[in-house]
Amino acid sequence: MGLLNLNGITKSFGAIHALNGVDLSIDPGEAVGLMGDNGAGKSTLMKIIAGNFKPTSGEIRIEDKSVEFHKPIDARYAGIEIVYQDLALCDNLTAAANVFLGREAKKRIGPFSWLDHGAMYKRAGELFSELKSETRPRDLVRQMSGGQRQAVAIARTRLSDPKLVLMDEPTAAISVRQVAEVLALIKRLKDTGHAVILVSHRMPDVFDVCDRVAVLRRGTKVADKHIKETSPEEVTGLITGAIEAA
Amino acid sequence: MTEELTDQKQRRHPGRGPVDTLNEMDHAAIDDSITSRQEVSGFGSMIRTQPFWVFLAILAIGFVMTFVSDAFMTERNMFNITRNFAFFGIMALGMSAVICTAGIDLSVGSLLGLCAITLGLTMQAGWGIEVGFVVCMLTAAAVGAINGVLIAYLKMAPFVVTLGMLAMARSIAMVISNNKMIYEFGPDMELFEWIGGESMLGVPNVVWVLILMTAGFWWVWRYSTWGRWVIAIGGNAQAAKLSGIPVERMIVSVYMVCSMCTGLAAFMFIGYTGSATNGMGVTYELNVIAASVIGGANLMGGVVYALGAPIGAALVELIRNSLLLAGIPALWQQFFVGLFLILAVLLEQIRSRGRS
Repeated sequence: MGLLNLNGITKSFGAIHALNGVDLSIDPGEAVGLMGDNGAGKSTLMKIIAGNFKPTSGEIRIEDKSVEFHKPIDARYAGIEIVYQDLALCDNLTAAANVFLGREAKKRIGPFSWLDHGAMYKRAGELFSELKSETRPRDLVRQMSGGQRQAVAIARTRLSDPKLVLMDEPTAAISVRQVAEVLALIKRLKDTGHAVILVSHRMPDVFDVCDRVAVLRRGTKVADKHIKETSPEEVTGLITGAIEAA
Repeated sequence: MTEELTDQKQRRHPGRGPVDTLNEMDHAAIDDSITSRQEVSGFGSMIRTQPFWVFLAILAIGFVMTFVSDAFMTERNMFNITRNFAFFGIMALGMSAVICTAGIDLSVGSLLGLCAITLGLTMQAGWGIEVGFVVCMLTAAAVGAINGVLIAYLKMAPFVVTLGMLAMARSIAMVISNNKMIYEFGPDMELFEWIGGESMLGVPNVVWVLILMTAGFWWVWRYSTWGRWVIAIGGNAQAAKLSGIPVERMIVSVYMVCSMCTGLAAFMFIGYTGSATNGMGVTYELNVIAASVIGGANLMGGVVYALGAPIGAALVELIRNSLLLAGIPALWQQFFVGLFLILAVLLEQIRSRGRS
């Protein structure tokens, strides 16, 4: 029994079949790399797990319980946190405000409640130092580098101690030095028992941090192998179709 | 686990010695200092805001005016200036919230006229001031809700929706008033006109209302979840939505808040003028939007200052008053309001260029 089980996920947009009966399972503490060419169905699968789309057919099970997501917030309540490719941050707010967006810390006296800025700055600061990031909680996101923005997006997922973290191209837009930081972070998530799905185009990243790699081609899963049993060459072949399946 | 000490951290603590002599205690201190640090603080962040510079402009104009006209610095003139801009200031507080979501509300002028009529008819019919107030606010809330629903759920452009409402609200006001003026406000007429037109402790009542509302909005923008979410929606509506913020409901509430600020201004304004006509508030939307923008609201959304609305409204009124006292023909008024509006946006542009 895995943490997350996808059984026969199919998604059609009219006559177009974006996904054909995809199965995928993930255990706690495991990182799975999801690879595939543009249009292979990666982002559709991501969006189904994240609650943006409902599958046409098939079942999502979390800890062996069937779940149905109607909107992204449902996925968050089920213990899935997502780091979006465009990071989904508000540039005009501080780093701490972005980390707590939608679940602000509040102080309460009787019927009155107000934002607890001190607690939010403090907790965000702790999260950033856990991530070994120099991001300052009081800085506006507008002024930040790509790596710092990434840290904000990742720190946000740590707020609720999720079961599964979904990362969409987390290393696509940042510098080489920052890539190493993000990969180290993914390893830290694994060490603390979190499952990670990493969608990436970068073969070295996937082979560095993932335990397994799943390859999608034209809406079908053509491979699901342990990293040790495959090679970047084989995966490339699977993505392009030079190798039919493995 | 020893933490990696980067040169940037080192730079913030010059004189602490070479990297390898730093111990765990120092790292805790460094982390703490990073947490509490920000780009600029206190006075530094204040002088970066638009309302601060507009406030300086107000002081400068006021300073010049004391030499131009003896009548300027009199108690009577100050009383008039503050009372006149208070109505616009109250409306601009709500408008700033709408502009913060990257929206616009062109219907506030017409709504003022519609509220005047519904309020006037209710009180004329012999109802008390409480009922009149409730009817006035319900009218405003209903118009705001219609605007908000069309914009948030049907994804229509705020400009178009509120332009349509500008025409419709004015027309409804004409129809239900039968194009007649109302100057009889029933049993509570005296109290009603006192609230809008008189003063306490030498300060017009409407200015007290503006002060309370500004303080309220200051708190809302700084300490309430609602305020935080409105600012987030203005910054990145998509991100706000993905964070679980009910964006559509928030937008509807923002337009309702804006309309209800206008409703409150209407209640005070009719009491002040002592009569209600369906032509009230024509072109007020331009002054209200000008006041909000001069006060620092950015039409691209995501920026709001509670103090910006009264300060922007004060500048607009000050220009009008100063031209009058300086003996410049009233025909020039709109020219200078427009000029300051453009200068305010230009200032914002220059400041944001300096930041990036």
